Amino acid sequence: MRVVEKRQLLSGEEISRTLTRLAHEIVEKSGGPKDLALIGVRRRGIPLAERIASIMQQSAHVNVPVGTLDITLYRDDLSTVGPQPVVHSSEITFGVDDRDLVVVDDVLYTGRTMRAAMNGLFDLGRPRRIRLCVLIDRGHRELPIEATFIGRTVETSDTEIVEVRLNEIDNEERVMLVDRVA
Amino acid sequence: MQRLQHILGIEGLTTEQITFILDQAKPFQEFQRYPLKKLATLRGKTVAIAFFESSTRTRISFTTAASRLGADTMNLQAESSSLKKGESLIDTVRTLEAMRPDGIVIRHAASGAPEFVAERLAIPVFNAGDGTHEHPTQGLLDALTIRDKKGSLEGWNITIIGDILHSRVARSNIHLLTKFGSRITLCGPAMWVPRELESLAPNVRRVLRIEDALTGADVVIVLRVQTERLHEPSIAAEEYILQYQLTPERLRLAKPDTIVLHPGPMIRGLEIDPAVADGPQSCVLEQVTNGLAVRMALLYHLIGGAPADAPHPAKERSNATD
Amino acid sequence: MLLIKNGRVLDPASKTDAALDVLLDGDKIANAGANLSAPDAEIFDAKGLVVAPGFIDLHCHLREPGQEMSETIETGTRAAARGGFTAVCCMPNTQPVNDNASVTRGIIERAAAASVRVWPIGAASLGSKGEALAEIAAMKQAGIVAVSDDGKPIASARLMRQVMDYCNPLGLPVIDHCEDPSLFAGGVMREGPISTRLGLKGIPAQSESICVGRDVEVALLTGARLHIAHMSSAKSLEYVRAAKRAGLRVSCEVTPHHFTLTDEDVRYDTRYKMNPPLASRADRDALIEGLADGSIDAIATDHAPHHAASKDVEFDRAPFGITGFETALALGLSELVHTKRLSLMRLVELFTTGPAGVLGVERKIASGQPGDLTIFSIEREWTFRSSESASKSRNTPFDDRAFRGAPVATIVAGRFAYRP
Repeated sequence: MRVVEKRQLLSGEEISRTLTRLAHEIVEKSGGPKDLALIGVRRRGIPLAERIASIMQQSAHVNVPVGTLDITLYRDDLSTVGPQPVVHSSEITFGVDDRDLVVVDDVLYTGRTMRAAMNGLFDLGRPRRIRLCVLIDRGHRELPIEATFIGRTVETSDTEIVEVRLNEIDNEERVMLVDRVA
Repeated sequence: MQRLQHILGIEGLTTEQITFILDQAKPFQEFQRYPLKKLATLRGKTVAIAFFESSTRTRISFTTAASRLGADTMNLQAESSSLKKGESLIDTVRTLEAMRPDGIVIRHAASGAPEFVAERLAIPVFNAGDGTHEHPTQGLLDALTIRDKKGSLEGWNITIIGDILHSRVARSNIHLLTKFGSRITLCGPAMWVPRELESLAPNVRRVLRIEDALTGADVVIVLRVQTERLHEPSIAAEEYILQYQLTPERLRLAKPDTIVLHPGPMIRGLEIDPAVADGPQSCVLEQVTNGLAVRMALLYHLIGGAPADAPHPAKERSNATD
Repeated sequence: MLLIKNGRVLDPASKTDAALDVLLDGDKIANAGANLSAPDAEIFDAKGLVVAPGFIDLHCHLREPGQEMSETIETGTRAAARGGFTAVCCMPNTQPVNDNASVTRGIIERAAAASVRVWPIGAASLGSKGEALAEIAAMKQAGIVAVSDDGKPIASARLMRQVMDYCNPLGLPVIDHCEDPSLFAGGVMREGPISTRLGLKGIPAQSESICVGRDVEVALLTGARLHIAHMSSAKSLEYVRAAKRAGLRVSCEVTPHHFTLTDEDVRYDTRYKMNPPLASRADRDALIEGLADGSIDAIATDHAPHHAASKDVEFDRAPFGITGFETALALGLSELVHTKRLSLMRLVELFTTGPAGVLGVERKIASGQPGDLTIFSIEREWTFRSSESASKSRNTPFDDRAFRGAPVATIVAGRFAYRP
């Protein structure tokens, strides 16, 4: 499969500003940081959640714990992932019971990742509330899932892919829209 | 790394494959601590558990592993003594196959039986112990236990005590640990530790006195004394205890941070002193948990996932999935 | 009349190796000489082929009566003819055991329609149970050529002595399948590094050699004729050599699979499971030396057919044995002659005068001799496929093996038993 870059959706600076806005939104709309916690979905949700927590700490002086979640075991499409679906550890050191959780991921698309994430979280306990925060919402939902905190909404076609590149993983910082070519 | 199709023995695995399995077992170790131990990962899949030799622990471990992954199990328990004539293995296997399981776990008294089955069925075969040949999942869970406690599998002095000749667990351990460069010392009564065992793998030596075997050991693996022995006289229990029981005094000859493993079930007071079995160096309970983790990882990898020849789907890039 | 022209005649009895023609009249050899002519004879052109006296197989299992699922006298002898054999000695472990004259006669009657001569070997003890002597004299009258409890060893030194003392005046050789039951004990392959690695119960070489030693001592005691069946180890060969040096009438045979394969060839494939099991490389090399220097008297196939379902089981449960008629000569040529370990004349001896000597008969190409000839090619390249075998059974490790050298035509009693 070949891909062709179509256009840039967010520059590095725009990512940074968006995350700052999201961090403040979350604090505002959470009625207090008491039981608040962020859960980064592997892979790119993790650095995003860590950055948001860091911004919360620096600007709003609010300390919110960050956990990481690997959803591979909860996927409903395991047989299409490829021959060797590697599992990673989830790390949530705080209890999940009665927590006000915000799940953080890079792109919201069909909604299946979020469903798997919820299954995973319910295996660990009974959170009081779960909301979703994403950098990009690209539409094409297949399940009734919505994000409460959205960085940017983008209209895309089925063949297009939204690529979020972050320094921690990709050594560059931007969001690209790419297209699959035959 | 070559994808695993079956798990028939350790001898045929590379260190890369073994490391992969142990790494993949780690998330499943944590999973055993979750309050809700039920995944839907293998939901709708069926695992046939075909035990032609009696076993409680391994059978329960595999059955639990499959259930916790959300799979259903088909349980076949055919106690077969070598004298019993009955349905042949090929017929039993074909019958099971007609019920279309997605994998089969097999324990059998004949060495080579899982390979026999794997040659005839198109589904993954998991060897839960064949004759005196191998018990690969035991070898893997022992390795995971050693790696967790010691930090690595390389370069340790590992002593195995007992009836090595008839132990498939010992053979799997020997193959696995020598692949990673550890050194094995085998110890037991002469008729149970023949010289031929030294040719199984590099860095294997055999020693008849337990004191010599324990000096300098980092890991001690104690084997059960098998009292069901055909064609051969056994050794009197008192004789064995006198010469080969692992007592606290003898254990002190090993290094101070030595760990003690036992594949179970233990006969306390025979091959192992209860004080050692329950003591701080004993890892038998971790072995059991690790057994579940390893078996879940193997079931997950061999039964979950796309068929080996499936192309990678378009949504392969990790940030392009939803 | 049948005239075999232009062949290379190899006759060990007269040490002949020459371009000669052979004329057969009726069921006998009429003449052998250069440029023979016989206007009324059917002519067979043996140009480029070797013409030898008819091969004898001292050891095979035809499974009739009682186990016709695996083989019958008809199918077995057809396979034997395709392998170049003109006479085969079938072991008595049938159902019922051939321990009395009526079973012997039954076999001989069935064999009247067979492709090759069938010379039965009678049991040494009743039912081969190792207790009482079988009806040996009656069987001799009915046509047995030797006695054996093959499948098992003759049960004790005392019984061996009795059998030998009984058979000696009857002129019957005693053939023993040498094995010590207490060492054999449930084993399925040769004990060694391979059996340890595979987790299969091993049988030490001493299981055979202890019994060979015992039999040689009893032969010393009785002066009888002793023949060691399917010998597989260097140590056993040492005992036989010592016995021969001491002037005892002791002989032995080796199977083609024992001079070709070793225990290293065993994985869990039941086509490599037989008794005695495949031995070590050192044993195989010692046997080849013994074949070359004359310590070993004969090559015998121990053709042991088993129907497919019985072998399609776990290694532990499979019966012992492989087929062997159709690959014996080809293995001899490929593994021994082409590799220059043996001369061609020596190989032919091992199939003709060697076995004949054990039985106390003659086998040569000379006027008045039985009209049995084995015609073969040293160079012909072919691949053996078990699916094309004339045997009912397919249990052979040599399936799909390429060979250089093949049987071409087999003549028994002056008529073609097998021809191209």
